[in-house]
Order: sequence, then C-alpha cells, then structure tokens
Amino acid sequence: MIPEIGQLSLIFAFALSCLLALVPMYGSYSGSVRALLLAKPLAIGLFLFSGTAMACLMYAFYHSDFTVINVASNSSSMLPWYFQLTASFGSHEGSMLLWVTILALWTALVALFSNSLPLLMQGRILGVMGFICVGFIAFSLFMSNPFERSLPFFPVEGRDLNPLLQDFGMIVHPPLLYVGYVGFAVSFAFAIAALIGGKFDSTWARWARPWTLAAWLFLTLGIMLGSWWAYNELGWGGWWFWDPVENASFMPWLVGTALLHSLAVTEKRGTFKSWTVLLAIAAFSLSLMGAFLVRSGVLVSVHSFASDPSRGLYLLAFLLLVVGGSLFLYALRMNAVRSQARYQLFSREVLLWGNNVFLLTATLVVFLGTLYPLFHKELGLGSISIGEPFFNQLFYYLVIPFSLLLGLGPWVRWKQQQLPPLLKPLTLVALLALTLAIGYLAATQSLAANLALLGCLLGAWVGMSAIGEVYQRAQQLGGFSLGFTRLQASHWGMTLAHIGFAVLVVGVAMTKTLSVEKDVRMKIGDTVELNGYHFTLTDVYALNGPNYGGQAAELEVFSNGEKVTHLHAEKRFYPLQKTVMTEAAVHARLSRDLYVALGEELSGPSWAMRVYVKPFVRWIWLGGVLMALGALLALLDKRYRRAPAHVDVKVRETTAAFNGAEHA
Amino acid sequence: MNPRRKQRLMAVSAILLLLSGAVGAMLYALNENVDLFYTPSQLLNGLGEDKVKPVPGQRLRIGGMVVPGSVKRDDSSLKVSFALADTGPTVTVHYDGILPDLFREGQGIVAQGTLIDATNIQATEVLAKHDEEYMPPEVAEAVKGIKHVAPKYTYPAAADASATSGAATTETKQADKPATATEGGSQ
Repeated sequence: MIPEIGQLSLIFAFALSCLLALVPMYGSYSGSVRALLLAKPLAIGLFLFSGTAMACLMYAFYHSDFTVINVASNSSSMLPWYFQLTASFGSHEGSMLLWVTILALWTALVALFSNSLPLLMQGRILGVMGFICVGFIAFSLFMSNPFERSLPFFPVEGRDLNPLLQDFGMIVHPPLLYVGYVGFAVSFAFAIAALIGGKFDSTWARWARPWTLAAWLFLTLGIMLGSWWAYNELGWGGWWFWDPVENASFMPWLVGTALLHSLAVTEKRGTFKSWTVLLAIAAFSLSLMGAFLVRSGVLVSVHSFASDPSRGLYLLAFLLLVVGGSLFLYALRMNAVRSQARYQLFSREVLLWGNNVFLLTATLVVFLGTLYPLFHKELGLGSISIGEPFFNQLFYYLVIPFSLLLGLGPWVRWKQQQLPPLLKPLTLVALLALTLAIGYLAATQSLAANLALLGCLLGAWVGMSAIGEVYQRAQQLGGFSLGFTRLQASHWGMTLAHIGFAVLVVGVAMTKTLSVEKDVRMKIGDTVELNGYHFTLTDVYALNGPNYGGQAAELEVFSNGEKVTHLHAEKRFYPLQKTVMTEAAVHARLSRDLYVALGEELSGPSWAMRVYVKPFVRWIWLGGVLMALGALLALLDKRYRRAPAHVDVKVRETTAAFNGAEHA
Repeated sequence: MNPRRKQRLMAVSAILLLLSGAVGAMLYALNENVDLFYTPSQLLNGLGEDKVKPVPGQRLRIGGMVVPGSVKRDDSSLKVSFALADTGPTVTVHYDGILPDLFREGQGIVAQGTLIDATNIQATEVLAKHDEEYMPPEVAEAVKGIKHVAPKYTYPAAADASATSGAATTETKQADKPATATEGGSQ
C-alpha cells in the first residue's frame, strides 16, 4: 500500500512539474499575472509530493518490504535501522529519487525565498526549474522506477546493502553531494531566465550569487566527505583517486568556483556578463554529465557497473537537450549584451579573469583525462586508461601560478591598481611566508627542495596574504578592533575560503611527500617501525557483528618508549553479499595520521598489514571545511537579505511592464 | 594603433600563447600516461589488426580471470604470483603487496604494471570488483565478444525468482560513491 502511495505521489509530482514548466512560462509571454503567481504554489506542491514519494520509499526500506524489488536488492532485515533508511538511496533507482526530491526542494526554496525578485523573473526561473524536474521525474518514473514490485513471488530476505555503503559516510555524503550537484540547477535557471528576459545587470548577479554560494558550499562538503569516507573505508589510505566518478563531481566544483568569482565581478562591476552566464550553463551541464557518466556505465573503469544502456541514452539525450537548448538561447541573446565597464591590466578584474582561466584549464584537464579513454575506445583504438600521474603532473603546474595569483588577488582594487602602494605589504607577506614555511620545515621535518617545501611556501603565501589583507582592510575601516567588526561578512567569507585553500595545499603537498607506507607480513608479537612509531601486533581474533563476521587485529603503538595509542583494525565478511570489507584503524592528529589496515591471513599464521604514517592528511579535509565555512559566511552577508516587495506591488509592476511593452 | 587596441592585441596574443602551451603540455602529458589494456591472449598474440605486441618494460594494464590453483605465495614476504587467463593462453602476474579484499581465484581482476617478458608482468596495482559475477568490461568483451549487460536479478531465498524479476538488475551501486571496492598500491 505505502509503495503505491509513493508511486502515486511521484506521478502527481510529475504532473505538477509539467504544469510548473508550462504555466509560468506562458505567463511570462502573455503577461498573465495569474499564471505567474501560480508558479509558487506549484513549486511547493511539487516538493511536497516528491518528498512524500521519498518518505514512502524510506518507509518501505524501514519495514523491509521485500515485495519491492529495490528493497529486496539493497536491504535486508538484519541491517541496522539507520542503514535501512540510507539504503533507500543506495541503489540507482533510490538515488535518482533522492536526486528528484532534492531538485524539488531547491525549486520550493527558490519559490519561498525569491520574494524580492520581480514576478516575471521568478516565474521564468521556476519554469526552468520545472522543466528540469520534468526531465528527471520522467526518468525516475519511466526508466528506473524505485517502487516496482515483484509480486506474487517475492523473496523472504533481501540481498543486503553493499557493505561499502554501510558506513556513517553513506548517511551524509550522498544527500550533501546531491544538494550541491542539483543546486547548480538554480544558477542555471537564473541564467536561462535572464537570457529569456534579455536583461543582465548587477542586481541579477546579486540574486544569483547566494544560490550559487549555497550550491557550492554543499558540493564542497559533499566531495570532502566522500574523500574522507574513501580514506576510511577502502582500506588503502588514499584520499583522492582521480576515479571517473570522483572526477564527475570535481568538474562542476571547479566550474562552480569559477562561476562564484565571475559572479563577483558581474555584481560589483557589471562586466563579465556573458562569461558568467556561460559558466552557469557549464556548471549545471557538467553536473548533468556527471549523472550521465555515473549512471550509464559508458566509462571503462573498474568502478563502472553493469547497467542499462537505455538509461544512459535517456540521460545523454536530456544532457544534449539542455546544453544545446541553452547554448542556442545564449547565441540568440548574448550578442546584444555589452559590458560597459573598463578596467586596466593590473586590476582585480584581470586577476579574477586569471582565476577563471586556471580553473577552467583544470576542468579541461579533468575532462580530457576522464573522457579520453572513452573516445579512444569508441574510435576503435583499444581500451586504455589514463594514469594518475597525468592529473597530478598537470595540477602541479596549475596550482603554482594559481596560488601566486590568489595571494595577490584580494589586495588589488577594482578597475585599476598602482603597484607601488602594494609593494611594502606584499614584500612583508612574502617574507613572513618564507620564514614560516622554511622555519617550520627546518624545525620539524627535514628541509629539502621538494614538493613539501613548495606546498608550504604556496600555502603560507596564500594564508599570510589573506590574513594580512584582512588586517589592512580592518585598519582602513577605523582601527584594529573596530575595523574587524565593520568588515562585511562576505569579506570574512572570502578570507576564510582562501585560508582553507592554503590549508588544503599544505595538506596535499605534505601528505604526498612525507607519507610513509609499508605493506608488511606480521605474526602476533611482531613489531614494525615507521617514522619513529613502533607498531606491535598484539592479537588477532574472530569477529561477530550483527550482519557480518570476520577478524579483528589489535595493535599497540609506541613512540620513544611511550605508548601513543591502541589501534583496532577489522576485516569484515558480509555473508549475504559474500564480500569482504576492510575497516581501517586510524589514529588522527592534526599533524599526522597513524593508519593500519588488516589484510588477508597468510600461512604461519601471519597477516598482511598495511601500516601508514600520513602527515598532515587531516589538513586536506580541514581545508575543505574552511572553504565551506567561508561560503556560509558569505551567504550570511546582509546585502542578500533585502526586504521582499509586497505581491500587489509586484503585480502592478508586472502589468505595467507588459502594458508598456504593448504601447511601445 | 591606439593604445586600447594595442592592449587588446597583447591580451589576445597572450591568451593564445598560454592556451596553445597549455594544450600542448596537456596532450604531451596525456600521451605519457596512457596505459593500453590487454587480455592475456592479446598480450601473446598482439592487439588489433596490426597484432601489436607490447615490449618488455612497457607500462600496461592486463585483465582476465585468475586461474584457480595458480596463486603462489612467498612464505616470508608478501610476494605473490598468479596466472591470468581469458580464452586461451595464460600469463603470470607478480605482485608484492596486499591483494584486494575481493581477490579470489576464478574471478576477474585488472592489474596495472610493467611487462617483464612475453608472459610475465610485474604489477604495481591489482584491482578487483565488488561483485560475484563481475568481469571487467574489457575482459567480458574480449572473452565473449559482447558487451557486459546487466545480469538478471536472482533472489537468494525465493525459488522461482528469475521468472518474476522482470527488468530489475543487480545494480548495487550508489551513484556518487567515489571509488568502489578496488584496492591497490599507494598514492
């Protein structure tokens, strides 16, 4: 019964999304205020119905209703209740429904929080959102129905959730990531609505900016959580693998970052307009491409799954429709748009332009590395894979100039900047950064001309410069303490995000260079020494979990004769799925992680063990969290919270606009 | 030329220069890092119409099924070797490290490494997948000459399941989970 209610809700949601795609658009052409006003209730209804559908699916999972095929393949009655709930988005079908629900949530949020927008603009934006909803709800309904039943023959027990997904990460990572992915649909809708209206000004950028910030915030958190999860769960201590699926989420992030910066220019200076619109289209298109790559199985990767080609075809068609349609509209409208603002070569505009160039080059690198094997294969040249060194090498070359520019950027004024006034503070910052980086490395690690030194230098440069700039700005705003309170929230946000980037760069460089990794064979009582840490295997015993068995290893870690910690690593066997999972033991500190994973049992009896010491690996995720916090601060800026105009006023405005157009 | 135009020209040529440099570097790096995929028979008989065989020392990827009974472990270290086969000939893969959780005899794996001689490969990374019936797509294509299609759903407990399963698949993947069940070398 409940799954049928879910199914029905999804059908209602589909109908509402069709109406949402058509009615406000009709209103925006005919000037019918009533049609425009209908957008808001339609959007809210759409969310209520898709939310109900998701809730029904979760209910089916919670009650282990194995007559639903989706539940039977992805859950079991032995699964803890919280994993039963999250299993509802553990499969392709369920995750698609989650995607739809989040898309509807964004649509409803836009409807609720866009009262300050003119009615026409609001109607167009919601219409575009509605169109996207139509595409995805239709996909969920017709191509991957999550509520399909297997009556009258149904299994008495489910196949269990993939053990990899039975982790805390599964509870938070997919929703956050989707909120980010799908959030770019809002930026896209703003761009398309503006293209339809043919009006671009800094107000438009001011409306679009908080939504883009919000999407970017969640995407950042989602990617970081995914990285942290892979580190803990995959048992090999890596945090980024340049896997096609990861790349699929990284590309929208890179373009989204470029979009944020370009939006800043459009808002403050009224220029870069057409570029901003193009980036908004690109960010969402890359999100869609990610969905296509992940769900169609076209990529030759050990991570790709057996999948249904027709699903891939549908998504590809939708992707082409969105990209083609929006670019066509862009070509029609954009030649009329001229940016009037002028700026000199040494100005913030040009530096932000540089930021965009580097971010887009990075996107191109990821794009090429991800899709080249696909093209190679489709052209009949044989299967290939692109090695990690390709990405690492090119990102290495990109990050150096990018970081140097990033340290400079916030100091430079809009329009034009004279060099002399900057020389003194920047020299100071550079000297501080040099001392800090070299001093720290010389004091704690061995100082050598390597990636770690480079990373620390770049990180210190970016971080010091961000702090220095805030200090200087505060001084200008009336002294140290007063200035700090007078600084805008968005300025603090920018500073924090830049510091986050610095932290991330330091983390990556230090981990890459100074990590010590050893795969060893250990008997009980054996000790292995790594970077001054002595790991002793004290015990290995059988494990009994709720839905798994396996082995657990106990280790003691000593450093200089003192006990550092006790580590407990597990190797789990999940009988329903017949799979083995590694639960690594991690002892985390800001300056280093101790990481132990239990491998297979060998003759002896002895065990294969992975023992890693990874300095500064926490900084990578800390950097990501700081960036997200920066985005949150920027989002809280006062200028985005303007008093909404009353509906009657807006109705009059809209009618007036249309009457004016008729008379003209 | 007026100064504004001159400036624009400078900017445009700077962009073009940077762009061509970047694309050049990218393509170079791409070519440096391409690893061709072979199956054991392709390794011995050559790949494609020209029957191109890899030379010793070349980096490559090889995929096939682990021959049951062929896994040999060293008693004092983590060194291991196993035979890999698709349709006919077998090649030997040598590896020093921890095999992935899902490594099993008779199951499909992909190894990344360098060719030592015609039938021996030193692997730097061994990848296996989270699925009982899984075969790397390349292997499936090479072995059967067909694309790997979704297997029909089979229930663990129900008797007459395959008849009722319809279009359901065993897809257990969560869409945006970054990396799935592969294990291998260090970063």
